[in-house]
Order: sequence, then C-alpha cells, then structure tokens
Amino acid sequence: MLLTQWRCGILLLVTQMSIGETRHMKPKRDVQQGTLALMVLKTLDVLGPLHGYGVARRIEQISGEMLSVNQGTLYPVLLRLEQEGAIASEWAPSENNRRARFYRLTRAGHKLLEAEKRDWEQAAAIITRFFEVKVEDLS
Amino acid sequence: MRFLRRFIARLSNSVTKRREDERMREEIEEHLALQTAENLRAGLPPAEARRQAVLKFGAVEAIKEDYRAERGMLFIENLLQDSRYALRMLRKSPGFTLIAIVTLALGIGANAVVFSLLNGLVLRPINVPGGKDIYQIEQGKDPSQSYPNYLDIRDRNRAFDGVAAYEIERAGLDTNGTPDPIWIYETSGNYFDMLRVQPFLGRFFHLSDEHGFNSSPYLVLSYGYWQSHFQGDRGVIGRVVRLNRHVYSIAGVAPPDFRGTEIFYSPDVFAPIVDQEQIEGLNSLTDRGNNTTWLVGRLKSGVTVSQAKAHLDSIAAVLIKTYPKNDEGLHFALGRPGLVGDSLGGPVRAFVAGLMLLAGLILLAACANLGSLFSARAADRWREVALRLALGSSRGRILRQLLTEAVLVSLGGAALGIAGSIALLRALSAWQPIPDSPINVPVSPDAMTYVFALLLALLSGLLFGLIPVRQVMRANPYQGIKQGSDALAGMRRLSVRDVLLALQIALCAVLVTSSLVAVRGMVRSLHSNFGFDPRNAMQVDTDLSMSGFSGDQLPVVQRRLLEAVSGIPGVTAAGISNRVPLNLGWAGSFGLPGQHHGLQALQQGRRRHSI
Repeated sequence: MLLTQWRCGILLLVTQMSIGETRHMKPKRDVQQGTLALMVLKTLDVLGPLHGYGVARRIEQISGEMLSVNQGTLYPVLLRLEQEGAIASEWAPSENNRRARFYRLTRAGHKLLEAEKRDWEQAAAIITRFFEVKVEDLS
Repeated sequence: MRFLRRFIARLSNSVTKRREDERMREEIEEHLALQTAENLRAGLPPAEARRQAVLKFGAVEAIKEDYRAERGMLFIENLLQDSRYALRMLRKSPGFTLIAIVTLALGIGANAVVFSLLNGLVLRPINVPGGKDIYQIEQGKDPSQSYPNYLDIRDRNRAFDGVAAYEIERAGLDTNGTPDPIWIYETSGNYFDMLRVQPFLGRFFHLSDEHGFNSSPYLVLSYGYWQSHFQGDRGVIGRVVRLNRHVYSIAGVAPPDFRGTEIFYSPDVFAPIVDQEQIEGLNSLTDRGNNTTWLVGRLKSGVTVSQAKAHLDSIAAVLIKTYPKNDEGLHFALGRPGLVGDSLGGPVRAFVAGLMLLAGLILLAACANLGSLFSARAADRWREVALRLALGSSRGRILRQLLTEAVLVSLGGAALGIAGSIALLRALSAWQPIPDSPINVPVSPDAMTYVFALLLALLSGLLFGLIPVRQVMRANPYQGIKQGSDALAGMRRLSVRDVLLALQIALCAVLVTSSLVAVRGMVRSLHSNFGFDPRNAMQVDTDLSMSGFSGDQLPVVQRRLLEAVSGIPGVTAAGISNRVPLNLGWAGSFGLPGQHHGLQALQQGRRRHSI
C-alpha cells in the first residue's frame, strides 16, 4: 500500500527532489523513500548481494543527483524493506577486510520489484501519452 | 501481509532496542570507512577525505532518528517514555498524587455504582433471549389481571408470539417430612416457552401438561434453591416432593441466571398456575373479577407497540361487552416488565436518573478541583517546561506529556474507584432488605460498567489535564527561564483558577443541599405517625396451608395458636392478621375473620421487657 502512495508522487520527484529540504515534509519524503526503495530493489536485482555503501554508490552513479547530498537516507529505507521481507541481510567481510552488512533480494522482493516495475511503466506510458497530446487531437 | 510483517518486526524491535542501535552504528562506521578509502584513492589528503565522507553521508543524528522511527513504534515508545516520566514526577509529590487519585476514585466510584444501578434496573432488558421484545400487559398502572381475562387475551390476540401469566406466592416445600417455607412463581404452562429459556437440567413444564385445574404435578427449581437445598444433586430430577402437602415431582432446574420476570424478586421454585387450588387452598382462576395475575407477552417481530396497544384495546372492547359486570372500564397498557410489572418503573427511573445527575455533578466538582490543582502544579513546574521548550522540544510533545500525567492519575483513580464500587455493589446485591423474603437488588457490575468507568476516567483526565494547557502554550520560554514560576504571575489574570473555584463552590453547594434534603426526608419518614405504635410489637409469620390445614379447620387452629401465644410469659396481647401494616402485603393466609383483631393487637400489644 505504501508503495502505491509513493508511486503516485513519483512524478513530482523528478523536478522537486531536493532531499535536505524535504526532511520535514512527510508526503515528499514518502516519494523520496518510494523511489529510493525501487532503486534499491533494482540495484540488488542486477548486482546481487551488496553492502549499504555499494548500493549508495551504484544509485549515485546511475541517478546522479539523488544521493550525492545525503547518502545516509538510504539506511532507513534498507531497514524498512528488510522489515517488509523484500530484502534480507547478513554480516560478511567487505573489500577492506572489515565487517559489513550485505543485503540481498528475497523472493518476495523479486515479486515486489516486478509488480512495481509493471505499474511504473504503465504510469509512465500514460503520462507520456498525455505529454504528446496536441490541441488538435483533443478537438 | 507486508504491513503485518513490518508491524511485528517493529514491535519486537521496540523491545530489543540496544542490539539494533549497535548494528546501525557499525553500518554507518563501515559506510564512512569505505567512502573515505574511495576519497583517498581520488587523491584527497586523509583528514579531508574523512571530512568529505561525513559530509556526503548527511546529518548522522537526523538519519539515526529516521532509522529509529522506521525501526520501532515511535508512538508507543513515546507513550511509554512519557508514562515513565510522568510516574517519576508523580512519585516526587506523593501528597498531590494521593489527593488527586482519592478525589477521582470517589467521583468515578460514585458514577460506577450509580451506572450499575441504571444498567441493572433500567437499561438492561429482562434477562431472557430477545428480552427487549417482552412487554408487561397491565391495566393502566396496575399489573394485575384476572385469569379468565388472561385466557381471552392469550387466545384472541395476534400481536404477541405468546402471553404468559404468573403470580408470586408462598408455599411449604416438603422434601423430608417438615415443610420448608419457600417463595414460588405460579406460572402458566407456556411461561418458559414464551420466554425462550432452556432448562439447566431436566425439563420445564409446558402448556401441553395442563389438562384443567390441578392437573400438572410438576415443579421447576431455581438454580439457587437447587444449589442451597439439594446441593446441586443431578439425581433430583423425577424426585417426588410435597408442596403444601400435595404430591409433585421435580421436572427440572432453571438456568443460573434466570430468576423470573421480576428484577427485585428471585423465586425458589416455579409451579404451574393451574394447580393454584392445591397450592393456595382456593381457586381464584375462575373469577373474572379477581385481579391477581400478572401477564407478560412477547411482541411479534414487525408489530409496533402502538399497534399491539390498539389490538389489545379491541380485545378489551369485546370483553367489556361480553362481561359488563366484571370488565367495565377495562383497558390495557403495555409497560416494561421487571419492576412489579411496570408499576415501579416510573419512580425507579426517576430515582436512578436523579442519582446519576448527582454523581455526574460530583465528578464534575472533582474535575474542577483537580483542574485547579494541576494548573497550580503547572505554574510550579513552569521553569522545567520552559527549559524543555528552549532545548527544542515541541509544544505538542510537552502537551502530550502533561496529558499523559493527567490521564495516568485519572486511570489510577478509576482503578481505585472501580475496586470500591465492586465491593459496594456486591454488598448491595447480596442485601435482603426484608428478612425472609427473596427481595433484593441485583446490580452486580458487568463489562458495561467497566467500560463506562474507563471512558469517564479518560474523559475526566483530558478535562482537567487540558485546563493548564493554555498557560503552557501561551507563555514565553525566555521569560520562564529568567524568572521561574514568576513568569506566570501575569497569566494569573486569566483567572482560570478563579472560575474553577467558583464552579467548585457552586457544585458543592448543590450537592450538600440535596444530600441534606434527602437525609431530612428520610429522618422524617422514619418518625412519621403510622396510626399505631410499632414499639415492642413482635411479628410471627405462619401459613397454615403449608401444613395442609384448609377450610373449616383454619379458625380452630388459629384460635389455638392465639391462645398458645398469649400464654407465653411477657406477652400482653396477641392478634392475627392476614396483612401486616407496612409489609408488602402479598403474604396472605386466607378465609380468616380477624383482620381487625390483628390491628387491635398492634395498637394495644406490648411485649414487656423480660430480662
């Protein structure tokens, strides 16, 4: 249900996402978290088990803006996904030979990702059609 | 499903907080180390690399807050935190806490007791399946009808699923040679079927058992009597006993919570009304002019009270035409059953409503009192509140903390009040105001009472907790820290507390006056003039029909009784009456000349003190 809420607001995100300012605005924060959650799921789907820093780096590389200011916001999202059962985590040695928490996608997470992806594409397709509409098409 | 899963995870996290904090700290540390290493590779000097990593991570404390909010149940954790803090603050001022709790216990306890009365006597329908459809068929305000009219109503009406008749009588039940005086219901055969009650043991008697007068030799024991006189023996079914010397067999036992259709009266035994001649020694069932029977009926579904009333009116019209001698002016009314038909209904409802109003005023006075106490306390604690505001606590959070404190106090008061009211109500339920008669007031508290008390507690907690809120919300923390509680001196002009004081005095004046009026009224009725002097008069109760005397034997036995009693040393006069003044008047021996003898004896009778 929460993801549905996030999805509705996803469009706002593209133009308005400025993480530092939105900390105290609940709806926008949900948007941010929702998009972030989707990105986390996709990243883990493509790259397999990763620690928090790895996920942050990957999202940063792909989305640019999104995490460059506030990498830490990733961790509450990871926790939430884990509590929902979409991802699981365990301790393992990291590349600098210290202990890091590695996250991986669960079966439930796979299903969630598929469903979210479908919905997202659908919404995007509809919006795209709206943007392409010209005055003469409507008359 | 996902929601549930998350809920459970958060709940368990709320309990095991420590380990999770450690995990978060370690994860953040690792994240920063990796980012620092990355920055070093990019060529930054070590100190700068670390600094950049921290900057990029964002505000650690804020993220920790977020993390915690995601992890546990923030609302519940805050509530627990507030409660712990409130308990600590309350423990610091035990005098204040004690006074507040006792004040509330009195207020809420009084309300719980009165609400139990209201619930037991007025709100709760009679305790049978579909009890709200049961109505008493009365004549105006009088529940008594004649048995022949009952038969006509039963057979002619189409508004009720069934109409049953009952009478209250005394009788002697003989199980082992000596009759035990008991109180019985004489009921029509359809009584239990109409009320849809199921027997606890054995069976009830039915309409099909009636074949004319004195034809249905079956008794049903009440659960209480079965327990107290047969020790709950399940082999009692089918046992032969004697009721006023006539042979009956025990057919069944009524369920524990069934005590007939009168709230104040719990019978020992149910007997068929068609056997009245055997039980009472005379048969009033054929006399259309003899109004002794009470009727209850179950309204058919879909029939309104006014339709049923109109239908009964048409039956009355037929009866008046057919039996002009006995039924002249006959008219029926429908009332709620349980309070001697409905004849006590009006007074009982008015009485309980009056009590409820008084109890409400008591609680209101208590709240006004506590409101001013709490606002005085808020003034004393103003510096603390100001400090918390200055440190960045939101006013909402402080408000919640203050309300938590108030509600905790009110819940404590409610717990104490309910405990007290349970004790009081138990005693009241067990109290038998008239010796030897099964009359009591069954008002044990039930779930409704507890819910009511709890709601009252929450409501009053919020009520008096909100009184100091304006003080706290308006004031300026800067002033508060500088001047301490003096900062509120200016606020006093708002004089919330003055208003409360006036309210309190007004309420207390009303309460004191009304209690004085009630006490004075009672004292007066205790000393009123009865027309006779009850001092030193003793009453001996007997019913000769229990021993099988009837007809012409009665005057002879009674004369012998009188002579024997007069012979007792110290007795100056003795008389016999079938009704004793100020008694309820339904204990009757019958066929006796001598009512005036009885009164004369009361007027003259003196039993000398014989020490």
